[in-house]
Amino acid sequence: MTTLIRSIAVGAALFAAGAVMLGRAKAGSDEYFPPVSDPLTRQECGSCHMAFPAGLLPARSWQKMMGELDHHFGEDASVDAATARQITTYLVAHAADSAGRGDMRGWLRGVSAATAPQRITELPKWVREHREVSPGDWTRKEVASKANCVACHVDAERGYFEDD
Amino acid sequence: MLRRLSLMCLTALAVMSAAQAAPRDDILAGYAAQAKADDAAFAGFSAARGEALYRNPHRGGKPDTPSCTSCHGDNPRAAGRTPVGKAIDPVAVSAAPTRYTDPAKVEKWFRRNCREVLGRECTAREKGDWLAYMITQ
Repeated sequence: MTTLIRSIAVGAALFAAGAVMLGRAKAGSDEYFPPVSDPLTRQECGSCHMAFPAGLLPARSWQKMMGELDHHFGEDASVDAATARQITTYLVAHAADSAGRGDMRGWLRGVSAATAPQRITELPKWVREHREVSPGDWTRKEVASKANCVACHVDAERGYFEDD
Repeated sequence: MLRRLSLMCLTALAVMSAAQAAPRDDILAGYAAQAKADDAAFAGFSAARGEALYRNPHRGGKPDTPSCTSCHGDNPRAAGRTPVGKAIDPVAVSAAPTRYTDPAKVEKWFRRNCREVLGRECTAREKGDWLAYMITQ
């Protein structure tokens, strides 16, 4: 009986500790960005590269990008008008500067409100977070480009970008 | 009664197995009609021409993606890779049975990728040849 109670207690303690750690990882950490939850956005924005979390750019950046999909970083990524509208709505609602996302504002530190940055990898915060990555690592065959988050952040598709 | 029931089961099975192939056949039929309209001498699609389209380097597109294999790889039954490093499901039907069953998706990717590699949209004959090759792979 005591064994049973003890195992229940240990289990509960472990669960609580896990919940606290998960909560900490999720709330306001620089390492968790909620993954794209809209299936259409996930599919359309996740064909050529990972569907980057909407919280990685401010709303004005997404709006500009969605208006220029026919030349998207040199590629034709255009979609029909209805699809573009739905994706834009999702991205804007979940952008780094959207309401209820106060904890993400640190991500935009150093970004002028007058600009609509397009490359996540040129945000001052992104550059700072990756300053320890050696130039040789970026050119490794399995990395291919800075847009390939999962090459190093194995759980990036689930929103976790901790150091791996 | 029993016979009728088993007949119904057989019919259902046949319908289910055909379900995957039917939309693909419709897509092919659409391209065939267009190819015939483009050229009255059109006499059907060719897997061999499709393979050549897939493997040959082309001019007119982007220098870093001269052929389909630049991203999809030499083996159509294996996964490919986009220029930024994301894996692409194989393009051969045997390795990716759900491919080429959504006409809008098929058209979207032909439009984007033909412009990318050939610098122009593909003709209906080229699209049908590609499909004919991938169905045999």
